[in-house]
Amino acid sequence: MSFEVPIGPQHPIHVEPLMLRLKVEGELIIDVDVDVSYIHRGIEKGLEVRTYLQGLYLAERICGICNCAHSLCYCLNVEQLLGKEVPPRANYLRIIVEELSRIHSHLLWIGHYFHTLGFETLFMYFWRDRERIMDMIELITGNRVITSYNVIGGVRRDITPEIESKLRKTIEYVRERMNYYDKVIDSEPSLLGRLQGVGVLKPADAISLGTVGPHLRASGIKHDVRLDDPYSGHDEVPFNVVTYDTCDCYARVKVRMGEVLESLNMISYALDNLPSGDYRLKIPPFFKAPEGESLSRVEAPRGELVHYSISNGGMNPYRYKVRTPTLANLLSVAVMLKSKGDYEVYIADVPAILGGIDPCICCTARVIITDEVKKKRRVTTLTELERYAREREVRKS
Amino acid sequence: MGLVARLVRKCRARSPWILLFDTGACNACDIEVAACLTPRYDVERFGTLLRGSPRHADILVVTGPVTRQSRDRIIRIYEQMPEPKYVVAAGTCATSGGVYWGCYNTYPGLDSVIPVHAYVSGCPVKPEAVLMALSILLEKIEKVEV
Repeated sequence: MSFEVPIGPQHPIHVEPLMLRLKVEGELIIDVDVDVSYIHRGIEKGLEVRTYLQGLYLAERICGICNCAHSLCYCLNVEQLLGKEVPPRANYLRIIVEELSRIHSHLLWIGHYFHTLGFETLFMYFWRDRERIMDMIELITGNRVITSYNVIGGVRRDITPEIESKLRKTIEYVRERMNYYDKVIDSEPSLLGRLQGVGVLKPADAISLGTVGPHLRASGIKHDVRLDDPYSGHDEVPFNVVTYDTCDCYARVKVRMGEVLESLNMISYALDNLPSGDYRLKIPPFFKAPEGESLSRVEAPRGELVHYSISNGGMNPYRYKVRTPTLANLLSVAVMLKSKGDYEVYIADVPAILGGIDPCICCTARVIITDEVKKKRRVTTLTELERYAREREVRKS
Repeated sequence: MGLVARLVRKCRARSPWILLFDTGACNACDIEVAACLTPRYDVERFGTLLRGSPRHADILVVTGPVTRQSRDRIIRIYEQMPEPKYVVAAGTCATSGGVYWGCYNTYPGLDSVIPVHAYVSGCPVKPEAVLMALSILLEKIEKVEV
């Protein structure tokens, strides 16, 4: 006898509207259906009717948390269409702000993740330290979250020696705190009990489901767009790709903790080796892009982000397509949430597993894919349900 | 206004419980409203608590432009809240549709769907602005009929 438990669209485990339909037998989850369509706003269509400069501000608001990655990806895309190279100083400044926003996103996620697991104290600690990073972002770019720092042809502002010294102090502070939290997390048995062995995703599954970013690296696979396909001067700034091979929710926390430290190192390196010169190319506000297509990839805090555009020589793109990391990672949630053989998933693990991919629904629900996905899922659901039923019968006997 | 009514209002303004709902925001306003709960801004000193269920909430904070799919949900959540209820539209998108103006799937502002008592501007809202909106709203709840 199975029941259907709906979670969402309004639910305390996740602020954004996300609908999970869980099929449960007792406490055990046997099937799941994911619906992410509540935030579909029609941004891709919106980009087609706006000029390239207006589109920048809309593209930035695909996702507020990784706005820096979205605006960078958009700018790289348009610069590629125009055949322009930004000055080296702009590249380094872009890296600094990109890594700052990665740190803020990871601290936010780790804090919120512990909040959903019921660990309020660490939530408050992480968000307190995140405010230091937010101050730095505000100081450099002028706004806390939606920064509008990247513009077509460079960045909006330069940094001054005063900002630089403040930034270095903040880096030291955050590094010290992160080392401390690392110890706290490893010495807290109740937290380890909620994380270790929960939501296991084997490396082979992770690859076949097309997961990206920290979620993939937590399955022990070394994949990072900054390393594989360097953009915006990332080939000049050295960093280590953090991986972890326990493949569970614990690994996902550890990878992101490691990435914060790596990002801090990258910012220090970029500050030490900041080239002099211009930080912005002069590009008129209204321009026609030459005919053609372009594709740009950026490592957003949640994974690989792809923007693709086709231009027919007009003032606005003919077609704009965005593929965001959460969309790639959501499929793996549907797999991780299903009990299979020895691998058992309980309702209490849902926040840990869903939170583990760092879901960002506002990125995801931009294209109407739910109907397609639902159809596909319905086909598999029946056969899978039968198989699960049979497996459970075998196990019982 | 009688003594009992004044007392009830005073008490009401001391413990407003908040429900945060995202009707299609880009997440920026959500994290800024959530930042209000954290040590630096600490909205809990006004007696507010973030609740998970609309049936517990007094104030509904809505972020983002209202999308077609979330329109029915926001109306249902609003109807589930007990009286008296107050709505805060946080951010430019909830106020007027913002940068998504003209997108085929969004409505121009929250007030075209449910009544709104306070608007907070900004893209995204600053935590300080949310605190200010809340304190003005609480003052109104205590002193005048909203």
